[in-house]
Amino acid sequence: MTLLDVKNLTISFGGLRAVDDFKLSIKQGQLYGLIGPNGAGKTTVFNLLTGVYKPNEGIIKLGDRDITGLKTIEINKAGIARTFQNIRLFKELSVLDNVKVGLHNHHHYNTLEGIFRLPKYFRVEKEMDEKAMELLKVFDLDKEAGYQAANLPYGKQRKLEIARALATEPKLLLLDEPAAGMNPNETGELMDTIRFVQKEFGMTILLIEHDMKLVSGICEELTVLNFGRILTQGKTADVLNDPQVITAYLGE
Amino acid sequence: MSFISYLINGISLGSVYAIIALGYTMVYGIAKMLNFAHGDVIMVGGFAVFTIVSTYGLPPALGILVAVVICTVLGIVIERVAYKPLRNAASPLAVLITAIGVSYLLQNVALLIFGANTKSFTSVVSIPPLKLAEGKLMISGETIVTIISGIIVMICLTLFVNKTKAGQAMLAVSEDKGAAQLMGINVNGTIALTFAIGSALAAVAGVLLCSSYPSLTPYTGAMPGIKAFVAAVFGGIGSIPGAMIGGILLGIIEILGKAYISSQMADAIVFAVLIVVLLVKPTGILGKNIQEKV
Amino acid sequence: MGKMNSKLKFSKTTKSNMITYLIVAVAFVAVKILLAGGHMSSLMEGLLVPLCIYVMLAVSLNLTVGILGELSLGHAGFMCVGAFAGAFFSKCMKGAMPDGLRFLIAMVIGAAVAGAFGILIGIPVLRLKGDYLAIVTLAFGEIIKNLVNVLYIGRDGEGFHFSMKDSISLHLGEDGEVLINGAQGITGTPHDASFTVGIILILISLFVILNLINSRDGRAIMSIRDNRIAAESVGINITKYKLMAFSISAAIAGVAGVLYAHNLSTLTALPKNFGYNMSIMILVYVVLGGIGNIRGSIISAVILTLLPELLRGLSDYRMLIYAVILIVMMLFNWSPKAIDWKERVREKYFSGWKGRKGAAGQVSEGVLSKGKGGK
Repeated sequence: MTLLDVKNLTISFGGLRAVDDFKLSIKQGQLYGLIGPNGAGKTTVFNLLTGVYKPNEGIIKLGDRDITGLKTIEINKAGIARTFQNIRLFKELSVLDNVKVGLHNHHHYNTLEGIFRLPKYFRVEKEMDEKAMELLKVFDLDKEAGYQAANLPYGKQRKLEIARALATEPKLLLLDEPAAGMNPNETGELMDTIRFVQKEFGMTILLIEHDMKLVSGICEELTVLNFGRILTQGKTADVLNDPQVITAYLGE
Repeated sequence: MSFISYLINGISLGSVYAIIALGYTMVYGIAKMLNFAHGDVIMVGGFAVFTIVSTYGLPPALGILVAVVICTVLGIVIERVAYKPLRNAASPLAVLITAIGVSYLLQNVALLIFGANTKSFTSVVSIPPLKLAEGKLMISGETIVTIISGIIVMICLTLFVNKTKAGQAMLAVSEDKGAAQLMGINVNGTIALTFAIGSALAAVAGVLLCSSYPSLTPYTGAMPGIKAFVAAVFGGIGSIPGAMIGGILLGIIEILGKAYISSQMADAIVFAVLIVVLLVKPTGILGKNIQEKV
Repeated sequence: MGKMNSKLKFSKTTKSNMITYLIVAVAFVAVKILLAGGHMSSLMEGLLVPLCIYVMLAVSLNLTVGILGELSLGHAGFMCVGAFAGAFFSKCMKGAMPDGLRFLIAMVIGAAVAGAFGILIGIPVLRLKGDYLAIVTLAFGEIIKNLVNVLYIGRDGEGFHFSMKDSISLHLGEDGEVLINGAQGITGTPHDASFTVGIILILISLFVILNLINSRDGRAIMSIRDNRIAAESVGINITKYKLMAFSISAAIAGVAGVLYAHNLSTLTALPKNFGYNMSIMILVYVVLGGIGNIRGSIISAVILTLLPELLRGLSDYRMLIYAVILIVMMLFNWSPKAIDWKERVREKYFSGWKGRKGAAGQVSEGVLSKGKGGK
């Protein structure tokens, strides 16, 4: 079953076609990679998928729902969550609270219940604490729950971003260079975690990555972007052996 | 006929705002700070001329010269002592609060020296009023001098920024301090120069303002300072032509508002126009629109 | 392990909040003892209600500046709106209902009207960023002050009359009474304010703000402050939460205004009390007390209000000294060089002592918080 179906996606900035006639089809539960040289338009695709930019043309469908042109929060509510290339945590908040912000739209009590500390406040907060700790445990962050997010080491910050995105209970998870700045050990751990998330949560994942070891190790299918256009699309092994792709990466 | 006379008065007041706003916008562009003390430098300039001309009876030209020198030095000292140490502070609010402290300081020093009583300022302009249309339209010497000064300042500043090395360095530093430093530009010196020019302009504005509106107290500079900042934002903060347009428009709106709507509401009208402009164009008339990169 | 952690954190914020309430309560008892023993000068006694007002203003502005992370320079405008709404109600209803009830309703009205203005102004303003937002809030504050100065409302047998010109254009009947008289403002507001009422209002404001911060909505508000784009990406409604913080902040300032109005026989809107200078003074309290540090705001509002009075012996020099202290404190606490130096001194002389870090969620970088080594 296709979860994400993108057709003819195009956006230009001042005459430059940053993304041109992009298409993508990701099946439920798939781990999909989006690769390409710097400036190829990968992050722009993420920004289009999450409503940061409105496409000039094209259709984005999540399941049966057309989500083209929706606002970022609507798209998150529809079921797409993401991480950022340059980490964007809530720095002053605790690690636990970062995840609890992610849980915001799934655990409700109103402002007055919060201010007057009515029973529902305690019940829902407890629920949120438990849920958040569960998620933190998956990413081995439970011991740091009370830390300020800004004080986490880099690798753990990336993990916390993923945990926070998962807290919004998405159908599709977008990871923007999750292994950037990690050492090989950390990358290996991250690969395990991503696979775990895919299996345990039944999550569909689309990731941008430069680390070829990670891409070839976990992605089932790939799309290669170059100068905003699709260079090739298909099974990971086939794509990586495509001479066109090698040229794009290494130059003529 | 009265409309034209209001309009000319508006342009004159607007020229003063524009001169102050130019200093404001340059300082903002380069130091990224709201310099709340800028308005009080105007007051210092006014008192300097007042002392020289009214107290010691020396010629106005000397008074203006002394005012410009005092304000320039003052601007450099304020930057060096109060703002520079906070340039890399964790919160931009730190330097804002320090600027407020400097503003209180200048006001209270003036209060100690000159007292709270309103001083009546003798105009430094001795040109007779210009009579047009058989005496129906009279333009005061101060108005003429103010408008001409405004034009000269704008031309000089534009030439300075675009044609001189120091001016180009100023643009570079306001664009990107780090990169400017790497290109061998003396960033500290350039920032000091900007404060110096801004403060010298404030002195000129102080003299012009006090000549047209001849009452001087330690708090004289505060409101024009705020209005000039409004003018700078109005035109697009950081933009030199923006500050000129913003200042002149603001002056015209204020005078026409006073004349035709309500004198009590003139300030409210000025602020309301600012709000409307920012809502339509959030970075001002000539401001650049910068989108945050995701 | 994890659960313990979260429990620990929960009790820590609760404990911190309790200390804040306790400080206010202790201050209240101490002042009451001093008053009973006759150890307080009439000058100090006259400062008690204004102190409560400044504390409420500082605490509420910190909600906007520290928790929401937006710079507002128009806080006095909301105080002005609340003051006039509350005083107007009290003047209309004087004698028509029990004084206590009337004062209570006046406060509710002050809060509601200021809160409504917060929303009204917030909708356009909160789209702007940083310094643009600052200047527009300043502009709104000045407009409010200006409008109040040309507002005339009177009442006669036929009902209310309204004008923006002068009291004559109200065309009141013979039995008519001018309630709001333009620049002369409102006279004869009943003197209901007292130190006890002020303290109760401070405690209520603290209760609302601290509980809001430590709730689902508070987290959403702080997430916007920390990273708007990330907050949007996890489905936080930016506009809703910005408006929520801004209007609650305005409403509390409105209540402070009602208290202010009921402490004076004549209420007028002057640059001194409702102008941008007042807004800036409150901002100074907030920044010196620690941006986002609610307890710090209380302490700095008290100290900075008392400071000029304590310096009164120095007569003409007091505001000058105040300005110098302000500049020096800012430089000492915020300049990276001074921070480094303090760090080195601490390592050299107090190497065994580990500085306590402020808990996550609230930044504590103010003077007062730093001196005490925690929030």
